Amino acid sequence: MTAEFLLGCVAALLATSAAGLVFYRCRIASAAVYTACLAITGAALVAATRASLSPASLHGALSLPLGLPWLGAHFKVDALAAFFLLVINLGGAMASLFALGYGRHEETPGRVLPFFPAFLAGMNLVLLAADAFTFLFAWEFMSLSSWALVMAHHRRPGNTTAGYLYLLMASFGTLALLLAFGLLAGPSGGYEFTVIRQMPPAASISAVVLVLALIGAGSKAGLVPLHVWLPLAHPAAPTHVSALMSGVMTKVAVYGFVRIVFDLLGPPTWWWGAIVPLIGGITAVMGVLYALLQNDLKRLLAYSTVENIGIIFVGLGLALAFQANQMQAAAALALTAALLHVFNHSLFKSLLFFGAGAVLSSTGERDMDRLGGLIHRMPRTAFAFLIGSAAISALPPFNGFVSEWLTFQAILLSPTLPQWLLKFLVPAVGALLALAAALAGACFVKAFGITFLGRPRTDIARGAAETDAWSIAAMFILAALCLLAGILPGYFIDALGPVIEAMTGASLPRQEQLDWLTIVPIAQSRSSYNGLLVFFFIVLSASLAAEAIHRWASAAVRRSAPWDCGFPDASPATQYTSGSFSQPIRRVFGTVLFRAREEVQMPPPGDASPARLQVHLRDLPWDLVYVPIARAVAFCAERLNALQFLTIRGYLTLVFSALVVLLMVLAVWQ
Amino acid sequence: MMADLFVQFCEMLVVLGLAPLLAGYVRTLKARLVGRRGPPLMQPYRDLLRLIRKEVVLADSASWLFRAAPYIVFAATWVAAALVPTFATGLLFNYAADMIAIVALLATARFMLALAGLDVGTSFGGIGSSREMMIASLAEPAMVMVVFTLSLLAGSTQLSSIAAFMQGPGVGLRVSLAMALVALIMVAIAENARIPVDNPATHLELTMVHEAMILEYSGRHLALIELASFVKLLLYTSIIGCVFAPWGIAVAGQGLGAYLVGLAVYVVKLAVAGLLLALFETAIAKMRVFRYSDFLGSALMLGVLATLLLFVSRVA
Repeated sequence: MTAEFLLGCVAALLATSAAGLVFYRCRIASAAVYTACLAITGAALVAATRASLSPASLHGALSLPLGLPWLGAHFKVDALAAFFLLVINLGGAMASLFALGYGRHEETPGRVLPFFPAFLAGMNLVLLAADAFTFLFAWEFMSLSSWALVMAHHRRPGNTTAGYLYLLMASFGTLALLLAFGLLAGPSGGYEFTVIRQMPPAASISAVVLVLALIGAGSKAGLVPLHVWLPLAHPAAPTHVSALMSGVMTKVAVYGFVRIVFDLLGPPTWWWGAIVPLIGGITAVMGVLYALLQNDLKRLLAYSTVENIGIIFVGLGLALAFQANQMQAAAALALTAALLHVFNHSLFKSLLFFGAGAVLSSTGERDMDRLGGLIHRMPRTAFAFLIGSAAISALPPFNGFVSEWLTFQAILLSPTLPQWLLKFLVPAVGALLALAAALAGACFVKAFGITFLGRPRTDIARGAAETDAWSIAAMFILAALCLLAGILPGYFIDALGPVIEAMTGASLPRQEQLDWLTIVPIAQSRSSYNGLLVFFFIVLSASLAAEAIHRWASAAVRRSAPWDCGFPDASPATQYTSGSFSQPIRRVFGTVLFRAREEVQMPPPGDASPARLQVHLRDLPWDLVYVPIARAVAFCAERLNALQFLTIRGYLTLVFSALVVLLMVLAVWQ
Repeated sequence: MMADLFVQFCEMLVVLGLAPLLAGYVRTLKARLVGRRGPPLMQPYRDLLRLIRKEVVLADSASWLFRAAPYIVFAATWVAAALVPTFATGLLFNYAADMIAIVALLATARFMLALAGLDVGTSFGGIGSSREMMIASLAEPAMVMVVFTLSLLAGSTQLSSIAAFMQGPGVGLRVSLAMALVALIMVAIAENARIPVDNPATHLELTMVHEAMILEYSGRHLALIELASFVKLLLYTSIIGCVFAPWGIAVAGQGLGAYLVGLAVYVVKLAVAGLLLALFETAIAKMRVFRYSDFLGSALMLGVLATLLLFVSRVA
């Protein structure tokens, strides 16, 4: 029943998309399209929530005579798909709500309105697909519709480059997934997931499939070094689409990885559990360091997505390592941590992008160094952004802390793993994760502090106004969910139970019957965390302190100029900027990882022009991986260029010799 | 239940009451060691009282966050301190959160304080926040690695369980523990803004970190922040005490006598720790800012090494 209903939602979204294509010039088109999207994704959200809370009701598979004639299109909602459908439609509904206000500022609605519902439909379709062809078709549909949205403002500098790079990486990723499914289907060509599941491939083939899935899903999710397109493409799109791409589409990529590796590929080998967490750990640290060095608010958020994807893959990789060693309970814990982080990240990343979008629509600026002091002019946006910043920095009592805490608990279970490589690797990954968590705190102190606090750096920031009520509503709903998932994590962990059970064959103990809503992954003497009590105590002691101060302390307040050690400077230019805030961290980490170099240019004596400080950074993954590839492609193209100008004799010789070579290859093969 | 709650509440009050005393004690000792008479022991209490009686001078550009931050900083630090066993283990709140949560609660306090440093929009506030976050970005992972080491040994991230394990016969002398102790002390020094990382007595210097961040605070707000930093010093001392010197600590439910003995032992431990801190601070010079990363980086590496040794020495 659920699958049919959700397919109906997809059809309705596609119809909205068509209507948007026709009527985008109407004055009410924007409001109508986003209202329709909100209603449809809201309905899909309800269906997905019901499905993930009572997975027993899900067994109907559905096949339609679409797509390849001998295959048809198969759809099914199982526990895993239901969970991800929940994440996607929650993000979609919130983005639509936000866009009800934000979309009014759109200069080129004809380039956004038709593709936004199509993008939502594509993501839903990926999750509903139950055969390889439909999956890949929907995947490509999702990529292309989001590409169209990235190109919505194609005249802005840099956006076409971003779009080109995105298209390239998306096709590359889909190619990898295509090959992965080809290997999974084997020579008999069973492309349905049920058929693939029944005949797991040989060990050597499944290793190749794992690598292909890592490349295919990882390039969409943003694993280092396949992340290069992400921080360019995500911020280029209109903000509600950026939120969808960062908060939600990367989760579809995680779904693709989980579906292939945990569901279709059969039992894992232990070394999978070594490379996946290692890549995840490196991604987390690199992502957050990149984020720290950005001055563009939306790009900072996009890089922070790379970091969070790394954290998710650490959890997934640990689950693989445990599963390969038949430690089902530990695998369940690691997978719970990863999937809970999927949910949490979709909440706070959407929230933060909405905040950035509100700032953008109010000031027209994404550059933090031209903002500042917005907490006075946009108090509600600032409050919501603060909650999101605290949540993404893994601070209790918010939700980000819970999933990182669970990941740490999973790491602490790993000394019992028998393989030596894992024994060495897992603590190192734990250290990387701790480093990433601490750096994320610094990153979001900077993001919030430079943008919203201090004194306005420009007149634009001075004249900012609070954003509209729709956007505020979307942000506050997400902020409330961040707090709720942080103080009542037990319910969210229980809701994940069926997925974990289906993927690992075990699940965490039921959390909701525990005293005072504590969460206890293994046993209380081992570790427990009670978000509700911690929240309650913080509120209690803060109000106790406030009460005591109120009763006994002087209540006098005098406003005056800042003290600033006796040298208050009227110019807001003396404040710390985003570059100066990250300078200490750049000096500590950047000299090695980014070859950061500072260059001071002093004017000659007697010259009154100001001295300049220039920072040179190198992007090593780009320089070491992409530049050589691009060079090789250019080199081959240059050489092959000669083939364009052959004589007719030359072409005939070429065709003939190609035929002979191919026939010989065939002969040797058999 | 009510009795448990009462004991827990007393513990929180003890922590709050002793924290300024510890800070004053270290201050006096340091003064004596360099041949000054120094302030009386009770000076921090008097400072706090004086501060809360004064009016608050608020910068024009300060927002609500600047006024709310001291309460949140104080509350988060105090709750973290309530989770650490001081004179008794297994108190009511001890199982509400583990050591990782304590680290994270301190991170919450630091997050708010760093934001408050940026709020007024002065260059000193910025320098303090930026450096504080740089120090934290190394100190926090080092602390997490110490937590890993301890919890791998004790099989638990709960401080009460770790303390119980450390009192038991299964500990023995371990290289990992020694490394964890050194790393923990280095982190504690950095987190509490003590020499050689930061100088709690400094003002009007470009090298200050913590003091630069709170430069714009005055009156009752400053009192709360000062009290929070006293509590933080006590908290780290208590962690070191209950993990590496767990002797004499009472277990919840043992009755009043045990609690009183535990309290006396705890005060003695604080006195010894304060003496060592004062000796160390007098004997060593402050570092340049960009040497912090070497100092804290070695703490992090010690923590990783300690964990690694345990991972490797574990037999499946």
